[in-house]
Amino acid sequence: MKRRDFLKNTALATAGAWMVPAFLKPLEALAMNDLSGYKNLVVIQLSGGNDGLNTVVPFGSDIYYQKRRSIAIKPEEVIRLDDMQGLNPNLAALQEIYDQGWMTIINSVGYPNPDRSHFRSMDIWQSGSDANQFLSTGWIGRYLDSNCQTCKFPYTAIEVDDALSLALKGKTKKGIAVRDPAALFRNTNEPFFKRIAQQEKEHLDEDNLGYLYKTMIETASSASYIQQNSKIYQAKAAYPASGFASQLKTVSRFICSGLQTRVYYVSMSGFDTHVNQPGQQGNLLKQYAEGMNVFLKDLQANNRLDDTLVLTFSEFGRRVEQNASNGTDHGTANNLFVFGGRLNRKGLFNAAPDLADLESGDLKYKVDFREVYATVLDKWLGAGSNQVLSRNFSTLDFI
Amino acid sequence: MDRKERFSKIKHLYNRAGFGLSYLETEQLSRRNLAKVVDKLLEGPTIPDEIRIQSAEDNRRLLREQQELNARKDQNEAEKERKKAYLRLRNQKNQELNLAWIDKLIHTGYPLQEKMTLFWHGLFACRSETTYFAQQLNNVQRRYALGNFRTLLIEVARTPAMLQYLNNQQNRKGRPNENFARELMELFTLGRGNYTEQDIKESARAFTGWMYNRDWVFEFNEKVHDTGTKTFFGKTGRFNGEDIIDMILARPEAADFIAEKACRFFVSDQPQPAHIKEAGRRFYESGYDIKALMRHIFTADWFYAPENRGNKIKSPTELLVGLSRTFHARYADPKVLIRLQQNLGQYLFNPPNVAGWPGGRSWIDSSSLMLRMKIPSLVLNDGEIDFSGKADPEEEAVIAVSRAAVPSRGKRKSFVNAEVDWAAFTRDFPKDITPAELAAFLLQVQPAGKVMSMLADNKGLRSTAIEVASLPEYQLC
Repeated sequence: MKRRDFLKNTALATAGAWMVPAFLKPLEALAMNDLSGYKNLVVIQLSGGNDGLNTVVPFGSDIYYQKRRSIAIKPEEVIRLDDMQGLNPNLAALQEIYDQGWMTIINSVGYPNPDRSHFRSMDIWQSGSDANQFLSTGWIGRYLDSNCQTCKFPYTAIEVDDALSLALKGKTKKGIAVRDPAALFRNTNEPFFKRIAQQEKEHLDEDNLGYLYKTMIETASSASYIQQNSKIYQAKAAYPASGFASQLKTVSRFICSGLQTRVYYVSMSGFDTHVNQPGQQGNLLKQYAEGMNVFLKDLQANNRLDDTLVLTFSEFGRRVEQNASNGTDHGTANNLFVFGGRLNRKGLFNAAPDLADLESGDLKYKVDFREVYATVLDKWLGAGSNQVLSRNFSTLDFI
Repeated sequence: MDRKERFSKIKHLYNRAGFGLSYLETEQLSRRNLAKVVDKLLEGPTIPDEIRIQSAEDNRRLLREQQELNARKDQNEAEKERKKAYLRLRNQKNQELNLAWIDKLIHTGYPLQEKMTLFWHGLFACRSETTYFAQQLNNVQRRYALGNFRTLLIEVARTPAMLQYLNNQQNRKGRPNENFARELMELFTLGRGNYTEQDIKESARAFTGWMYNRDWVFEFNEKVHDTGTKTFFGKTGRFNGEDIIDMILARPEAADFIAEKACRFFVSDQPQPAHIKEAGRRFYESGYDIKALMRHIFTADWFYAPENRGNKIKSPTELLVGLSRTFHARYADPKVLIRLQQNLGQYLFNPPNVAGWPGGRSWIDSSSLMLRMKIPSLVLNDGEIDFSGKADPEEEAVIAVSRAAVPSRGKRKSFVNAEVDWAAFTRDFPKDITPAELAAFLLQVQPAGKVMSMLADNKGLRSTAIEVASLPEYQLC
């Protein structure tokens, strides 16, 4: 065998020849007229702790301007939503979305005994745990475990990335990470892998080896399902050139192709703005807003916005008072955005955070993030949230 | 016992207690008495073997500079640049530390000591942004890896890394912080259900004063220590931290707890309760001698039982280190190993939380499995990397200062650039070894007949080896 040959050949011509056991056979993509009513959830993670106070600006508060002498957004620059709150000007592209009634802002979302470490707080958000509880599964993963109709297929939850986040890992079922459907398809169709997978049906036992083979076959069958079915739709909308927008474009392609996927997961990085925050955060927010603008309008043009709900969260907000480097340090409660064509509560869901009522310099949470999860699970995905979150959280009325 | 069986036992032993052993060494050791082989394995170096990529002085200088910088009300441009530079340097040093350990794992002459260090690294899981502290904790876990558990526990608890991570630095008389006391019992010694909330409250008071001083060195601070009486496990007295640890270790449940963790790590995802009990008793009777515990496990019949061989999913570290050892791989740019660790879900020094990596089947999902099966062709055959990977949440600050915006997530084509010493690999085997024999040696579980015959079709050791390492079977040890 020649160097560089092995495992690099592609075999597109013989695609789809996997011997997939019947119980693992994927479903067909939904026909266009069955698509209506098939609900999708898109979760967008802003990694690093986005500064919520400079995202939705409480420009009506004097305290805000006292605590943020050099990084506050000036009142005349804010895109006003009411007399108290407004959007960072870099979110200008969201104004149209907001005015359409496709956006809800929930302030002061957090959890008791907040942790200011990135990885721990992200762990808490992704697993849906208490601050002193360690779960090795994620909230979407446990939704998959709860046996929804299509949950046996990894593509029920797709993360547009190279690696799968904890959020999408359940105890017995896991989602699938796909950055590029064609690349994943090529990888799973390496002739070598195809050969071993075809021969090993007898290995599908309950032991670890069986688990490995089963995962391999499911991956291949999900990869060809995603690849075959997402070819149907080609996005017409012009997405901006950012990495984030290209992830959204992939999600839109999947949704509009009628993939029987329930949850999509996308993340955007770089929000840990300890130094010179305004420029850095401004850039990111601009990319975010411009990507979202095209994405939501694309879904609307394809009649999919009514069946899509988008959540945007970050692992924590930042301290109310800026630091000495024109940046902000790790904080606690934060705002969370909900988008969709059929929101029950549009616009500002609750009051701006009270900057006069802080706990050691940080915002107090008013809405537990698991109330948001419970709402989405019960009212949107039709799953029992008390099972997934292993306790009862009250639901909110934004949907 | 026939030769074949002895050979296969040694192979199993070294896969679990280390990161694999070459064919010829396995053959040599299989001529010896197994108990003696285990004794040899349990020996550590006479001079402590440490990672030293950052000195205490450098650390103090950096931390001081950082403190001064942070104390400024407003920073000028030059100071802001210094802060950015510090963030980048810290990230770079943390990566260097990670790679220094990976290098040690691959090249160590004391494989069990490193494997035990990895075990303690997961059990006493901790993150520290300060490289020196992370290095120090790792060295403590290595130094006492096969020593006495009580000493290990106390030394770990006194590292600035752990004092910071579990907030004992903030644990003061009149203002107790219970974080350390809780994890001490829940995750380090007893497990849930073996203590009450009251026990946590009382023991937290006993650990007040366990702090590091202004030079970032552990020093018991009498001034903040709560000398009052505490009631712990039903006894009342003026207990201090060591008293609490002794009272915990006086309970056989603590020995069983560690024995269970060890059995899960070294024997099986689902260890037999009887075996755990047996190993726990031995550990307890030995006065928490870790060597005694490990000797018991590695000489027990059940350790070598068929159901305990080839049934464990390799951790990402076991996979990467084992592959690099077996094939004598060297990495032109070792940073690629960091990307692989992140994408495989075990980035050393960065456990997901204080409970460590859950292990077992949680290592495997669609992407991690596909990557695992692709790694051999990346490392051994100059394959192309077609993933860009995911950053660890703690690296966000560096991402934020290192670029104006998130780069476009286009394909960055790159190669692992590993150099594999095929001559050395070949020398590790008898000259006349067949592809089928090579496959049987590299795998701990024998593939089905058809796969075997496909492998046997290969010409030459090299192509066979690459195919073998790319099988799902290779994920097991």
